[in-house]
Amino acid sequence: MPSPPSTDTPAIELDGLERRYGERVALAGVSLTLPRGAVLAVLGPNGAGKSTLLRVLATLLRPHGGTVKVLGEDLPGGAWKVRGRIGYLGHQPLLYRDLSARENLLLHARLHRVARVRVDEMLDAVGLTRRAEDPLHTFSRGMVQRCSVARTVLHDPDLVLLDEPRANLDPAAAEIIEPLLEGRTRVMTSHDPRDAERAEVVLGLREGHPHAIDGLYAVPAHAGTAPRADRRTQDGAR
Amino acid sequence: MTPLSALLRKELRLEWRTREAVPAMALFSVTTFVVFHFGLQRDAVDGALAAGVLWVTLLFAAMLGANRLFVSDSEDGALEGILLAPIDRTALYAAKAIAFAAYLAIVEIVAVPAFYLLLLGPSAGGAVPGLLAVLGLADIGIALTGTLVSGLATRTRSRDLLVSLLGLPLLMPVIIAAARATTPLLAAAGPGDLPGRWLAVLALYDLVIGLIALAVFDFLLED
Repeated sequence: MPSPPSTDTPAIELDGLERRYGERVALAGVSLTLPRGAVLAVLGPNGAGKSTLLRVLATLLRPHGGTVKVLGEDLPGGAWKVRGRIGYLGHQPLLYRDLSARENLLLHARLHRVARVRVDEMLDAVGLTRRAEDPLHTFSRGMVQRCSVARTVLHDPDLVLLDEPRANLDPAAAEIIEPLLEGRTRVMTSHDPRDAERAEVVLGLREGHPHAIDGLYAVPAHAGTAPRADRRTQDGAR
Repeated sequence: MTPLSALLRKELRLEWRTREAVPAMALFSVTTFVVFHFGLQRDAVDGALAAGVLWVTLLFAAMLGANRLFVSDSEDGALEGILLAPIDRTALYAAKAIAFAAYLAIVEIVAVPAFYLLLLGPSAGGAVPGLLAVLGLADIGIALTGTLVSGLATRTRSRDLLVSLLGLPLLMPVIIAAARATTPLLAAAGPGDLPGRWLAVLALYDLVIGLIALAVFDFLLED
């Protein structure tokens, strides 16, 4: 049985990542290194390739070029080794609308071999205990999003991939989920440049390529490894 | 609880809650037998004609069910949630195929008596034990193939069309073997011997398609 990668191994290493949809290039020349425990903010307009990047990291899409290492494993070859260590919060909840919140989380708990008691803990943590037996199609979008957050961190993943995590959440709900995500290695996409303030590493994307955005995120490639203080120093625009 | 049993439980629970596949398949079967009853302008059919009517009807009903197999998974990205889990993806295939075979069996509990009532003469009752063996083997083949094709089509826009276009040709051996095996059972003179050769063909088909499906299903779910 292979030994797990050292904790010194970066959480994510990308070198010249490429991904296409047919002839259309969705990502090209994306390179960065994200240390464990750090937060990466991926910023850019609609269609920039943010979600595609997250889906590649989540092992849902295969890279078409370059190298991708997640938690020390090469993708796509080592995808099966890291799937249980990644939590992915996408635009869709990735849950069954005709099952209840508890049934959905129990299903994922069984697939991830997580103890049943963890489901109750997560339902409580996202404030859904009272509605746990109701089918998801009776929930508001914000409640579904909270349930989806619970699914994302149910198995205590080493790496959390968040595609606009605060979409559909009111400020109170956003506060509820924040403690669940804190302290984990995170990749977070956003349209909002203010989200860069929370991140140690920032990647700007435009039309699939690393790109400075409004002069703020001049850290398109390997500079992404710089800690926050260095990045601010490098970035004269700030 | 293993991933297979968890996924199978989820399949059955969703069908019980939504009732999307089984009622539609059963209603389609019974309606088609009614149409045949009046369309053929005969009170009873037998032999090859009876076997053909039975199996064509069950096949088209099965295509209805196959089209619905991945519908709940494609809503809200639920399938991706399963694909992100650290499990052997053939567990998903196996759970779907077992559930589909169960749906077919339930549909036949309704459809076969309706077929007897509407299209067979009173002497056909003795065919039941042999027919159960043919139904069992054919259902396994239909479930294995239907699940494979439905999984292939699930990420395409023309899912309904693709399931039929791929599924019907792939299921030709099942229909041929099942109809040939059923023909002597539904003879006008009373049920004849069950032809073991055609049962063996059905069993061989089940084995081959099962092995192929286990080999390729994971690949089909890749982007």
